[in-house]
Amino acid sequence: MLRRRHSVLPGFGLTLGFSVFYLSLVVLVPLAALLLKSASFGWAAFRAAAVAPRAMAAYRLSFGAAAAGAAVNAVFGLLVAWVLVRYRFPGRRVIDALVDLPFALPTAVAGIALTTLYAETGWLGRPLSALGLKVAFTPLGVGMALTFIGLPFVVRTLQPVIEALDPEVEEAAASLGAGRAATLVRVVLPAIVPAWLTGVALAFARAVGEYGSVVFIAGNMPMKTEIAPLVIMTRLEQYDYAGATAVAVVMLLASLLILGGVNALQAFSLRRAAVE
Amino acid sequence: MARPTDEPRAVKALLIVGALGFLGIFLVLPLVLVFAQALEKGLSAYLAAVRERDALSALRLTLLTAAVAVPANLLFGLAASWAIARFDFPGRSLLLTLIDLPFAVSPVISGVIFVLVFGRLGLLGPWLQAHQWKVVFAVPGIVLATLFVTFPFVARELIPVMQAVGREEEEAAVLLGASGFQLFRRVTLPNVKWGLLYGVILCNARAMGEFGAVSVVSGHVRGLTNTLPLHVEVLYNEYQFQAAFAVASLLALLAIVTLAAKSLVEWRESSGEGRAPSAAGQRERTA
Amino acid sequence: MSIEVRDVTKRFSDFTAVDGVSLRVPDGELVALLGPSGSGKTSLLRIIAGLERPDAGQVLFEGQDATRRQAKERRVGFVFQHYALFRHMSVFENVAFGLRVRPRRLRPAEAEIREKVMGLLRMVQLDWLADRRPSQLSGGQRQRVALARALAVEPRVLLLDEPFGSLDAQVRQELRRWLRRLHDEIRLTSVFVTHDQEEALEVADRVVVMNQGRVEQVGTPGEIFERPATPFVMRFMGHVNVFHGRVQNGRAHLGPLAIAYPEHPHQEGRPASGFARPYDLEVAREPGGDGFWATLRRATPAGAVVRLELEDDDGALLQVELPRERHAALLPELGERLYLQARTVRVFVDPA
Repeated sequence: MLRRRHSVLPGFGLTLGFSVFYLSLVVLVPLAALLLKSASFGWAAFRAAAVAPRAMAAYRLSFGAAAAGAAVNAVFGLLVAWVLVRYRFPGRRVIDALVDLPFALPTAVAGIALTTLYAETGWLGRPLSALGLKVAFTPLGVGMALTFIGLPFVVRTLQPVIEALDPEVEEAAASLGAGRAATLVRVVLPAIVPAWLTGVALAFARAVGEYGSVVFIAGNMPMKTEIAPLVIMTRLEQYDYAGATAVAVVMLLASLLILGGVNALQAFSLRRAAVE
Repeated sequence: MARPTDEPRAVKALLIVGALGFLGIFLVLPLVLVFAQALEKGLSAYLAAVRERDALSALRLTLLTAAVAVPANLLFGLAASWAIARFDFPGRSLLLTLIDLPFAVSPVISGVIFVLVFGRLGLLGPWLQAHQWKVVFAVPGIVLATLFVTFPFVARELIPVMQAVGREEEEAAVLLGASGFQLFRRVTLPNVKWGLLYGVILCNARAMGEFGAVSVVSGHVRGLTNTLPLHVEVLYNEYQFQAAFAVASLLALLAIVTLAAKSLVEWRESSGEGRAPSAAGQRERTA
Repeated sequence: MSIEVRDVTKRFSDFTAVDGVSLRVPDGELVALLGPSGSGKTSLLRIIAGLERPDAGQVLFEGQDATRRQAKERRVGFVFQHYALFRHMSVFENVAFGLRVRPRRLRPAEAEIREKVMGLLRMVQLDWLADRRPSQLSGGQRQRVALARALAVEPRVLLLDEPFGSLDAQVRQELRRWLRRLHDEIRLTSVFVTHDQEEALEVADRVVVMNQGRVEQVGTPGEIFERPATPFVMRFMGHVNVFHGRVQNGRAHLGPLAIAYPEHPHQEGRPASGFARPYDLEVAREPGGDGFWATLRRATPAGAVVRLELEDDDGALLQVELPRERHAALLPELGERLYLQARTVRVFVDPA
């Protein structure tokens, strides 16, 4: 029974109908195929493919490097967001626009650029290898690429929250005798923690499934430097649909879990803000 | 804008340097490198690489894909945001979640699901083979995968803008006798135009730059089923670095134009009418 | 064109906004729907406009059932509380909108539109602002544009939703008088919603007092004020002193008051309340009649009157308003005990 509030505005049936139709065609049918196909493979084969050693190694790399990248972005993303919002310096507006680069730049371009940058003969790779650090074709390189990818998520989620901070609250803390550092830690930080966590979670979610920017720098040696999406690709090329689907479903479930976590975080922080 | 509660100047300077240093290493260097490598062998080599036959086919395919995906998703975005922002109905939150879905899914998985439907061993595989239709490893597959991946962009930008603008002007227009299309054209569109433009810009950037999903469904056939990003990969894997970066520089230019357009839209937004669009990558949930 | 509302009910989830309301607005009258927020007045107005559909009941225009008719077919002019002007169009285009969106065969020629719009703008004294955008106008000016826009399509009925709610006190007063004069001139059946009783009394031909989705009383401003039908109406129309007690045997014993109440001669007592306006209470130094003593706690001059706050022997606070001269003659001191008498008390017996 469709019980909706009658609205004077026209077009409900048309727009909703078209939206649902389009959505089904482009999103739901393919996703249903994923589930149907997974079901058709049988649980045993599915499970075997999902936890095969090669797949497990790939999960470790994808999730681990994503976590490392998210952690780096947590620190530096906060720094960048703070600096962009609170301070004035020449070129600030250009830098601000630039933060979206990882979001706007095609992943393949980022991939080859980062690889060339960190290769042993690269602009950064050379000084680093002089220090004994090999970046390209190692998990460290994967981490660097995933840091690049996740940066805008942390910065862009934090910026509006920092902008919305009431300067009077900080002034009150100062008038009560708190030093700047104490004010920052006790007053400012707690206020931005929900947004911070959300941004980090988003960066993590994006990094876990990232392919284009990583596949060049990773080296792609099975069991060592192979990311999960590549496992899917390889199996697909070998017509091992079952194997590919298994890993895909695992990653999809992980993404949905993270998505659910992010939503819960946002709902929680919205409720907190409403209470205040 | 000095405030009594500012950090000491030395600390500020240190933080600024730290932030800029981080951004310089992680963002600026790679971007500069693309252009440096592209022009390594001089301008004529650059132009030759860009004008090469397969590069041009890749460019054509990329433009074609965007030309299909962007208008289609624009239409969807308009329809969906009207339904969601202006009406209340059971399943509204579900619809919102589904719209956000492609964002949560890895690009490779986005490609995989289309292979599962249209691939040789997929759901519709045998049927397609019988009719001699190729979807996967052909252009239609690439367009479909791109559609899936860029699907949410316009809707996600429009929905918060429409909600912020509010429905009163539209109610007033209906009472004054406007029909559905008149209402939309004269009242709604002018109020949401910046959010709309912003969504289209982002959608286009992603449509042209998508790699992972397209890589899965493409046959990697040179000159036929390679988009620009795929062509970059091909050149790079063949160690034709300068050519790879030359083609990549086109995409980098696209990214820079996208960023510039985004800034322009935001600036027009804040200095004029309407509402600021949500920041790139920020997931604004509408309850 | 007359409006009639019959047994209209509107529910939102579990909240009943309008509860079986019936109402008649004769042709050419200016009626106010007055009540606190949540009383259902705006919902009722929107139902008349066709912006909401009632769950039960009918809306009739000139005797014809319009309940099923679409909003735009009802030919009602609606002025929104926050004006809802089209922010991207000039003042001229805003007012012309209703004429421009007419289907081709009904659409007037450009010259005719121009004449009509400018005429309306002259009427609302804003013709000199025709090319401005709404963002460049003041609140009062925007409201007049909204009115001109609604009138451009020659509606049969004019509906206004808290038209002066978001304006400064002074602008509100001016626009109030202006609206009244406009109505006297064009004589268009109009209904406006307000929570300001002063506004309703000053502007309307008749007032409908609403509370919690129901009509408390319908009457002329004078009737509403002098002869309130329910305690709610009495309280809503201004400050009032309340005395709780009983009626029995032809007398009312209400707190410190003891007065004759022949309307209830029965032996059986019933709980009741008495209401007296601040200016209906007299203050003296000597007792006399059926009044009571109270101590002066505060005296505040307010223009032509002085407001006194007194505390009776039970600790209840009373508000009294004395004309300035009376206060000057009496010059009561804080803490002094004074004798209060009620000139007029409106008694309401609690319903069974």
